[in-house]
Amino acid sequence: MGIAIYMMTFALIVIGIYALVAKKNLVRIIIGIAILEYAVNLLLVLVGYKKGGMAPILAEKQTSLELAARAVDPLPQAMVLTSIVIGLSVTALAVAMAMRLYDKYGTFDMNDIRDLRG
Amino acid sequence: MKDLVPLLVGIPLGTAFLIAVLAHLKGVARLTGLVATLAIAVNLFISIALWAAVLAQPDAAEPIWAGNWDGAGVPIGIELVCDGLARLMVITVNMVAMAAIIYAAAYMKRFTTLWLFHALFLLMTGAMNGVVLSGDLFNMYVFIEVAAIASYGLVAFGTESQELEAAFKYMVLGVLASTFILIGIAVLYALTGQLNIRQVAAGLAAAGRNWAALFAAVCLVGGLSLKAAMVPFHAWLPDAHPSAPAPISAMLSGVLIKAAGVYALARVVFTVFGGTPQCGQIANVLILLGTLSMVLGVFLAVGQWDFKRLLAYHSISQMGYVVLALGVAAAVAARGGDKAIASVCLLGGLFHMFNHAAFKSLLFLSSGSIEQATGTRNLKEMGGLARQMRVTSFCCRVGALSIAGVPPFNGFFSKLIIVIGVAMAGYPVLAALAALVALMTLLSFVKVQRYALEGQPAPGRTPARESPWLMGVGMGILTLVCLLAGVACWPLKQYLFDPAGNALLRGVVSAARLAMGGTP
Repeated sequence: MGIAIYMMTFALIVIGIYALVAKKNLVRIIIGIAILEYAVNLLLVLVGYKKGGMAPILAEKQTSLELAARAVDPLPQAMVLTSIVIGLSVTALAVAMAMRLYDKYGTFDMNDIRDLRG
Repeated sequence: MKDLVPLLVGIPLGTAFLIAVLAHLKGVARLTGLVATLAIAVNLFISIALWAAVLAQPDAAEPIWAGNWDGAGVPIGIELVCDGLARLMVITVNMVAMAAIIYAAAYMKRFTTLWLFHALFLLMTGAMNGVVLSGDLFNMYVFIEVAAIASYGLVAFGTESQELEAAFKYMVLGVLASTFILIGIAVLYALTGQLNIRQVAAGLAAAGRNWAALFAAVCLVGGLSLKAAMVPFHAWLPDAHPSAPAPISAMLSGVLIKAAGVYALARVVFTVFGGTPQCGQIANVLILLGTLSMVLGVFLAVGQWDFKRLLAYHSISQMGYVVLALGVAAAVAARGGDKAIASVCLLGGLFHMFNHAAFKSLLFLSSGSIEQATGTRNLKEMGGLARQMRVTSFCCRVGALSIAGVPPFNGFFSKLIIVIGVAMAGYPVLAALAALVALMTLLSFVKVQRYALEGQPAPGRTPARESPWLMGVGMGILTLVCLLAGVACWPLKQYLFDPAGNALLRGVVSAARLAMGGTP
């Protein structure tokens, strides 16, 4: 654990950015978007992580201070839920657009999809 | 008055979903455009009323807690901040939205499934209001994303091959930008344990100089400049903005790159990082980005013959002016310089942002009107339109004179204030560059006038007919704003732009005072 998992998360982010920027196939770009989004979600969860922490659910006969001392931070988890929903809608829109582009151009290759230039 | 603020976000978002329902009911399905126009009109009224109410009692900028559930004495709710800058931005957003939706009533007739357009338009407007009112970094991110996703759909609205291609490129770079913004927010949360903008700022000021804050700043500034299409992050804008239908081009160029890009950038630099030791460095990055965009944008624009693409490149260049002015103001404030000089730069930047919203939207609307009448966007194939389309060409002329900075129009005053402010702050070379770019802009719009409006119509072309009156009304609103903002620049400065500038400057100045051992 420790620093290694952060490094791995950043490695995932870099892989996602590489797929987004360098790949020319629409499907691979969309996979890059998905990797990037999940890497950022992972980073958000890690921000709230606490070693040996428990689920942030208030048990019976437990004060909120006790919970706060032992549980992981629940706020990043709430943020991740929002982020997942946003990621889902972006991915769905990207797939829909890729399908329409395939209808128009007959290819998923960005090298052949270039009417716009200049 | 304060209770109305959440409605600015709530009405458009609620109406967007109402429209989706209305569109599937028999008999009322045709009314979606009217409902959307009414919602925007109410929003515009509220935003002007909010501003007018503050005139009576200045400096009422305490946060508003939408929801306001009782959390054992602590208010729990969604924090909205309606300070001077937010009031300026909601007026700008809703003014352009109003003109665009009236114009769209006639222009969008050529498309099918119009209710989708109205729903997405309202989602985008509501989300932009949310961005400018949000007092919380994560909410700001969510609203930026909602506005961005709605705009991806709107750019692709024609679903022709070019529009889809532009929308896909726009979306890929938009996702990249949002990812960087979210990483920046996550790092700031890890560092300070807060998401509220003021508390994050206080936490950062307490944390002092550290690498994590610098990393967060790089992510946020990079992501937001990608949203604001600053050079070298500008590649998507000249494809995306011209491909959209004209009212959407007006919204994207007129307000989206400001609300989701420049406004958020200003908040991050001034309010979040205003009290940190890195503020000076970030300000220098802004100055660099602004200057590059200003100069390269205009050079790329001069050679364009596609009218809408030319306008899109000018958007990059004009936003460069705004970011340059904001950067100079931040640099002056961060080194504890004269507050008056920083205020002059901010006044110029914010005034130019408002003016750009008015004249660039006006130009995009008139380019759509010309495109509809002549069937082309190529300037060489137009000509003689001044006699054939009197209303459109009058509006186009006012917009072109404003953006070119000809004296009685609004663009002249804001560019003059920026040049003076930048020179006073000790950057005479940048001030000279800004003046040079203004000259190049003028040349480029002389070309537009010469080829599109003057001269003879291309041989064998059927004479263009004037567009429907609703499009004229949409353009007329913005023409009026362009004309009035130039004449009334003094009262506007007093009551609209100075409070907005002070709202930004407050963060930096109080932090500088804290550093010298004073009270906040």
